[in-house]
Amino acid sequence: MAGRFSRRRMLTVGGAGVAGAVAAGGAGAWARGLMAEEQHGSEAGGAVAFLGEHQAGITTPAQDRLHFVAFDVTTDKRADLVDLLREWTLAAARLTAGHDAGPVGAVNGSPEAPPDDTGEALGLPPSGLTLTVGFGPTLFRDAGGRDRFGIADRKPAALADLPHFRGDALDPATGGGDICVQACAHDPQVAVHAIRNLARIGFGAVSMRWSQLGFGRTSSTSRAQATPRNLFGFKDGTANLKAEDTAALRQHLWVQAGDGPAWMTGGTYLVTRKIRMMIETWDRTSLAEQEAIVGRTKGTGAPLGKRGEFDELNLAATGADGKQVIPADSHVRLAHPDTNGGARLLRRGYNFVDGSDGLGRLGAGLFFMAYQRDPRRQFVPIQTSLARNDAMNEYLRHVSSGLYACPPGVRTADDFWGRALFSS
Amino acid sequence: MRSHRLPACVTLGALALTGLAACGQKTDKSQKIAVSASDSACEVARTELPAGAHTFSVTNKGSKVTEFYVYAKDGSIKGEVENIGPGTTRDVHVELAAGEYESACKPGMKGDGIRGKLTVTGQAAALASDPKLAAAVATYKAYVSTEADALLAKTTEFAAAVKAGDTAKAKELYPVARTHWERIEPVAESFGDLDPAIDARENDVEAGQEWTGFHKIEKDLWVTGDVSGDARVADKLVTDVTEIVTRSKSVDLSPVQLATGSKELLDEVATGKITGEEDRYSHTDLWDFAANVEGSKAAVDALRDALTARDPKLADELTAKFAAVDAALGKHKAGTGWKSYTELSKADIKELSDVINGLAEPISKVAAVIAK
Repeated sequence: MAGRFSRRRMLTVGGAGVAGAVAAGGAGAWARGLMAEEQHGSEAGGAVAFLGEHQAGITTPAQDRLHFVAFDVTTDKRADLVDLLREWTLAAARLTAGHDAGPVGAVNGSPEAPPDDTGEALGLPPSGLTLTVGFGPTLFRDAGGRDRFGIADRKPAALADLPHFRGDALDPATGGGDICVQACAHDPQVAVHAIRNLARIGFGAVSMRWSQLGFGRTSSTSRAQATPRNLFGFKDGTANLKAEDTAALRQHLWVQAGDGPAWMTGGTYLVTRKIRMMIETWDRTSLAEQEAIVGRTKGTGAPLGKRGEFDELNLAATGADGKQVIPADSHVRLAHPDTNGGARLLRRGYNFVDGSDGLGRLGAGLFFMAYQRDPRRQFVPIQTSLARNDAMNEYLRHVSSGLYACPPGVRTADDFWGRALFSS
Repeated sequence: MRSHRLPACVTLGALALTGLAACGQKTDKSQKIAVSASDSACEVARTELPAGAHTFSVTNKGSKVTEFYVYAKDGSIKGEVENIGPGTTRDVHVELAAGEYESACKPGMKGDGIRGKLTVTGQAAALASDPKLAAAVATYKAYVSTEADALLAKTTEFAAAVKAGDTAKAKELYPVARTHWERIEPVAESFGDLDPAIDARENDVEAGQEWTGFHKIEKDLWVTGDVSGDARVADKLVTDVTEIVTRSKSVDLSPVQLATGSKELLDEVATGKITGEEDRYSHTDLWDFAANVEGSKAAVDALRDALTARDPKLADELTAKFAAVDAALGKHKAGTGWKSYTELSKADIKELSDVINGLAEPISKVAAVIAK
């Protein structure tokens, strides 16, 4: 642990550490780190607590960047899997605090050994990094129906496979997976660093199935945040569940005692959908049509017929022509809780551009992520209705899908991801 | 298949979009309605108005920054202009159907404002009163009618071949019948549930729903070659197409819808046909591709006189860009039809994608020109 310098030392120690820091990360990076430490806990640089009743990275004010990854477990040994989850938990606690992934660090170990941290985050502050884990249906029973780890009887009913929704064009190779890890941070390098180091720790026990980068948040999960815009140019996530709505979070987000197996109490379910957006054809659509499809104005984000972004939707309003002000097939109407028996989601999606598609267009879209108490009562009915009637479908294509049970938070230093699931 | 609808006039009207009188009313620019706003008064020069588009010209004679609103009875905003500084004048365009409205000035940009009554009566003059636009609609409706007849005739022949188990003939007729469908797709598919029943691809159907229509038969024809179980699907296809043909021939179309439809047909090409997703078993995507382009061109040609009068440069650009698409597509002719999608190289597909994007961009400007 007594490294000559680690990320933490670089943040806190001047003097002797400075020369090394400058050599490793450049003076600018060092200065940034120091500044972040002074503003401890600030949005840009500070650390988010890793321990807690719930996992961080869910109601944490949505950070700007995402690296999401799903792994398949390659070992058949339950003990190996449990060991990995312990190791990952330790690494995650270190990484989210702004330390190196391993106890030795990127540059302090034996010259003959590869370092236990890959080094690209040297000199960077914690950057609000959160690491959030989830378990896919196939961890409990694989595609062949095998109960590899003796946990099939602990699979929650709420983790039932999602149905095929109208228009789904899913690529199984870039969806699903046994275990997912969501890394969110204000610095993309910090998020990628975390995933890369977890993947490295996992070699031999897990294999990366797919991963997704997101460059800009499309939801606010706190009232302190401004609503960002998606790649259609509209504000997204205005009516999201927010960290401040504690009663609503109990009702719609956190699994309550008695909902299912006890190991999930305090946890939540994550649905991911990679949604390609046909931005080129969207951009040729008139403003009036765009606004009618969304059901909100493009400028302020106000519901049609209202003034302010946060004004309540008046779904019953009709214009002077007798037609609904917010059209029947508009996205905002179909996604609204009133249209879905009160069901709400905590959305935490990100914009992505995966290069171009070979046809002269951007491979752009939204990586949709939504946390909820029970997908069978929340995501599934909402998406069924959207897939049937949403005018926006013309410009969307769902190309990947994932469903994961995210256990409750790691409570103490000797706790680990999924301990209750694997305790006998 | 698309789930989308023709953008309805009423939707545009309900939005009270400034300037874009897309739905039938023309802005009478010569007759602005003056509004004199002060810190304590809001005088609207005319409070009894004919239905249609109006421009309120709001002059702030007070000392506070003000705003001006037109509210419908239910409190929804029909038009607004904010941040009118002292001594300045700003315009707001509002489309109003017959009914009671309220005007409001909000000195200091706060509160309910100083309200007044507006009464709107009568029927708005239709945009199609421009004879060139009326002619465009008539020409295009005739085109829709001809294509709809051919669609029904060819679909009936196709269904008969399927029911007779004549797979060779059915395969030959499949892209031909679809050509007539694709040419008028934005009109045909505007009728809600019939479009999925006729044109859904396998993944467009949700769990527990029956898959019917062209693509179900396409799969059986090309994948298993066994259509012995498709008699009912073939009958239903004819029934659904008959219904859609009837409705297509009697649909009311506005000039703006022609323009929007021509753009939507190219969107169809850009999202479904260019990727080979539409006809994933028969690979006859280029037939659909060509038909979408022909349908788009028919709509633009119908509008051409009006377009040339309003924006000759745009009209010329469209001519050139349609020619570029025809040239790129022409390389892939095979007999009286088109090559299989699987015979196209990546470079061929990229070229087709590029010429479609090149055409779709100027086409997307037509609606606003027509609505002027």
